[in-house]
Amino acid sequence: MIEVIVKMLFIVLVMMGAFLPLITWVERKQAAIMQDRIGANRADLFGIRAIGLLHPAADVLKLLTKEDVVPRGANRVLHLLAPVMALVPAIITLAVIPFGSVYAFGESALNLVVADIDWGMLYVFAVGSLATYGAVIAGWASNNNWSLLGSMRASSQMISYEVTMGLALVGLFMVFGSLKLTEIAAAQDTTFRLLGFLELFGVVAALPAWLDWIRLPAWGVFYQPLGFILFLTCIMAENKRPPFDAPEGESEIIAGYHMEYSGMRFGLFYTAEFLEVPVIGALVATLFLGGWAVPFLSQETIIGGVSQAFGVGFATGLCMILHVVTFLVKVVVLIWLQMLIRWTLPRFRYDQVMDLCWKYILPLSIANVFVTGGAILLAEGLR
Amino acid sequence: MVPISHAIALSALLFCIGAAGALARRNLIVILMSIELMLNAVNLALVAFSRQWGDIAGHVFVLMVIVVAAAEVTVGLGIVISLFRNRESVNVEDASLLRW
Amino acid sequence: MSALLFYVFGALAVGGALGMVLNVRNTVAGAMSLVLAMVSLGGVYVLLDAYLIGVLQILVYAGAIVVLFLFVVMLLNLRGEQFGPERLAVGKVLGVAVAVLLLLQLLWLIPTFAPPAELRPGFGGYRDVGMALFTDWVLAFESTSLLLLAAMIGAVVLAKRKVD
Repeated sequence: MIEVIVKMLFIVLVMMGAFLPLITWVERKQAAIMQDRIGANRADLFGIRAIGLLHPAADVLKLLTKEDVVPRGANRVLHLLAPVMALVPAIITLAVIPFGSVYAFGESALNLVVADIDWGMLYVFAVGSLATYGAVIAGWASNNNWSLLGSMRASSQMISYEVTMGLALVGLFMVFGSLKLTEIAAAQDTTFRLLGFLELFGVVAALPAWLDWIRLPAWGVFYQPLGFILFLTCIMAENKRPPFDAPEGESEIIAGYHMEYSGMRFGLFYTAEFLEVPVIGALVATLFLGGWAVPFLSQETIIGGVSQAFGVGFATGLCMILHVVTFLVKVVVLIWLQMLIRWTLPRFRYDQVMDLCWKYILPLSIANVFVTGGAILLAEGLR
Repeated sequence: MVPISHAIALSALLFCIGAAGALARRNLIVILMSIELMLNAVNLALVAFSRQWGDIAGHVFVLMVIVVAAAEVTVGLGIVISLFRNRESVNVEDASLLRW
Repeated sequence: MSALLFYVFGALAVGGALGMVLNVRNTVAGAMSLVLAMVSLGGVYVLLDAYLIGVLQILVYAGAIVVLFLFVVMLLNLRGEQFGPERLAVGKVLGVAVAVLLLLQLLWLIPTFAPPAELRPGFGGYRDVGMALFTDWVLAFESTSLLLLAAMIGAVVLAKRKVD
């Protein structure tokens, strides 16, 4: 029980306390660098500017001190409920993401995940589908036609991309044979021979030994490249991340369902939207980029190697820290990638967004399932 | 773990709340939501019995009920939209052509 | 602990159901009460070892079906003032009386059960239900896909605007 609380505190402190202000800063600075300007660097504390790192704190102070306006004729309870319903699913998705593997300290085993449930990915889908309510209720509760329009766009976009999000991952579940995120991450801890498929499909009887050392880490992105691209697209569209932010199209419907929210209510929406960036990063890193696994160095290699010099306890602790740092580095890389996509592509038109989902991503993900199934059957049959 | 009869009692209570809603309300959307509540109560009864006898067929039946409910809501809301376009109201009393 | 959780989730489910049925003016608030009831029922399913059904309840019911209800309410822009007054008619009282009578009958009929059966490991998980669904009950599974196709076609035909 105390262990679970400590893990939850760690996640809240790292993800919300450290990543969230950092992402607000990264968004502005990366945008500025990509657009050949300086970016926000005016907020200072006693004259120290720190390249704009104090701007997130300034943002929070500004949002806390602004007036809380509820429009006339709006339902007060629903108006307050909407940002909460947008934020909570983003936070509780982090409960099933493994930050590290299982470490044996003496007799007790430490598993660096808050909830190691058997159907982890189904939980992520279920919680993600609850996030729709934030957008839907916000538009309705604002008693405003622009908000309603943004809300309807948001709800149909989100429920469409939920479907393809699940389908894009079916190939990955077939390859790893499990819905449990800890198992999927642990299965990526090894390497596989790149030319091993020749042996599997019966082209050669056995691979010559000198070709054996051409190896790749057994990451999901190498097993399911199409699934990676489709899933990244779908989860960015599901969270209404630009270029899929037609629901809050700033130049078309004046911030959509965000419009009638000010002060800390908008702060909650803001937090939800920016918290989803590292959550997307953590999810994609766990499923496709090996999670906490260091490429080419499995857990046994690290612990075995270090314990010869320093002892098993120290080796396990060092391995744990190394794994957590690797995971956070992968999350940072994916955050950078999302920011890159955001500031490069112009916003898609709403009908382009819906077309992309139903006419291109859905058939491609079904084709991915068929091809993956065929490859697995062929490999099993000829083994 | 609670005795299964408590779960069955909860299922009966939810079913009757749904039935009262479907019989007493005049708003077509609330009537459809009450029908969904009744289907949920039936799902709870099926899951409780499946737990009692250890038979997985109850869970498969629940999946079928969920699919049927989804299909019914889809078509039902399509009917509501057409009805609204014709009569400008979702009150069932406005849709009644009977004399009494 | 799980017994306490069952009663808490049960009370939330009943509260949500009553909130939906008794809410006269605001349909959207009623739909959100229904979401509360469905999520609580999902919790009850997980307590009854029905893990796949519990998470599918939240995924399908709370995450898609009620969103569909809200979408239609927003599409038709059904604000509170548009609903006709719900008078206290004889039909209403009779309907509630019938429901209460049904409840009393059902509660009277519930027997005392033997202790629940020993469950095999993995009961109610996705592998277990999946194996049953694709081996013993595959005909039912395939017919649901036909049912969903029919529902999709029906919904599109019904809700399409007639272009003359």
